Amino acid sequence: MNLKGTKIIAIGEREGVTGPSLEILARSAGAEVILGFTQCFV
Amino acid sequence: MDLEDQAEVQRMVETMDRQHTIVLLGQPDPNSSALFAETVTRGDPTWAGPLAGVSLGLPVYHILEPVVKAQMDQALYEEHVGLMEMTADVDEIVTRVQGYRKRD
Repeated sequence: MNLKGTKIIAIGEREGVTGPSLEILARSAGAEVILGFTQCFV
Repeated sequence: MDLEDQAEVQRMVETMDRQHTIVLLGQPDPNSSALFAETVTRGDPTWAGPLAGVSLGLPVYHILEPVVKAQMDQALYEEHVGLMEMTADVDEIVTRVQGYRKRD
């Protein structure tokens, strides 16, 4: 699996890694984030 | 997963080429990781949202998986994931999420 050039749907979590953090990391690998949000799992 | 976010994922996936699309998760424990992984592969297991009975079949990965970590900027990874990596049950999370890739 190669993240470079891959489109990413980032589903983060408030108590884990948030959506914006996932987006930053995905972009650092050369991926394109097409959707991202942060969930609150209860 | 929030109902509005399920609808957004469904709309996005239905209107694009899903061949080069994956889902990246950031949940801190095995159960929540598995719930979200199931929602974007086999459908909403709670049958509450738009993805109930909808098998998107998207490849799903977790931020804690070594194959994901290795491709990211390591300084950023430490900044954003380092704490969770130390406290989470990494092996169980990875095993659970990988299971959804094998099933679909």
